[in-house]
Amino acid sequence: MLVPILKQRDYLIATIQAALTDEDLRLLRDGLVEQVGRYRSRGVIVDLTALDVMDSFAARTMRDLAHMTRFRGAEMVIVGIQPEVAFSMVQLGLTLEGVSTALDLEEGLAYLDRRGKAKRPGKSSMTAR
Amino acid sequence: MPVHREIDIVAARREGRALASLLGFSSTEATLVATAISELARNIVLYAKQGEIVLGLLNDGNRRGVVVVARDEGPGIPDIPWAVADGRSTSGGLGLGLPGVRRLMDEFHIASEVGKGTTVVVKKWKR
Repeated sequence: MLVPILKQRDYLIATIQAALTDEDLRLLRDGLVEQVGRYRSRGVIVDLTALDVMDSFAARTMRDLAHMTRFRGAEMVIVGIQPEVAFSMVQLGLTLEGVSTALDLEEGLAYLDRRGKAKRPGKSSMTAR
Repeated sequence: MPVHREIDIVAARREGRALASLLGFSSTEATLVATAISELARNIVLYAKQGEIVLGLLNDGNRRGVVVVARDEGPGIPDIPWAVADGRSTSGGLGLGLPGVRRLMDEFHIASEVGKGTTVVVKKWKR
């Protein structure tokens, strides 16, 4: 099942609709990395609310995607990981090192907005000069 | 269920979740079962190319549960203690993820012979 990618402002939003095969995950990763350039996006949100299972392959693909997105100059945040999925991830020993997460789409957008402000020179205390 | 393509991984874990839910497992428990099946089915596709996942119901008089058998005739595992040793993370996507599967489930058994294949049997009891 192909994951629709929505463009909103400077951001791309990919919302998982159903269980994903490994190939679906690869297509999502490659599609997002390509579209970051095409739409000159500054942020990417991957909404995993409907994800049934986060197994080792899905976690690795998300980590790869986050790093690739950063290499392309955009920030990525994962939102919507459900409590039972989070619990399974911990039991399985999965980590999402280097990947930003937020509770839901609203928090994800707020996170990207904050990051965007922080990056703009001279306008933020977070640049610490 | 035969397992040899990536799409079979999703089908197997969906069946597992359905069975667990049917037994009255909580959503969290059903997700643990589905995640374990996903890892076991992935091992088959990755390392053995093909095999099967068999799901069954358990009833020991007091408790009910789900049993998952993952069987293949792949290359086998030369060093089982190493493969199931805890403390290694599956997050690199390397390794078999068996320690993780063991943590997800209540019971874990493995038999493997090099050149013959591997059978993993895991059980989860309803709380």
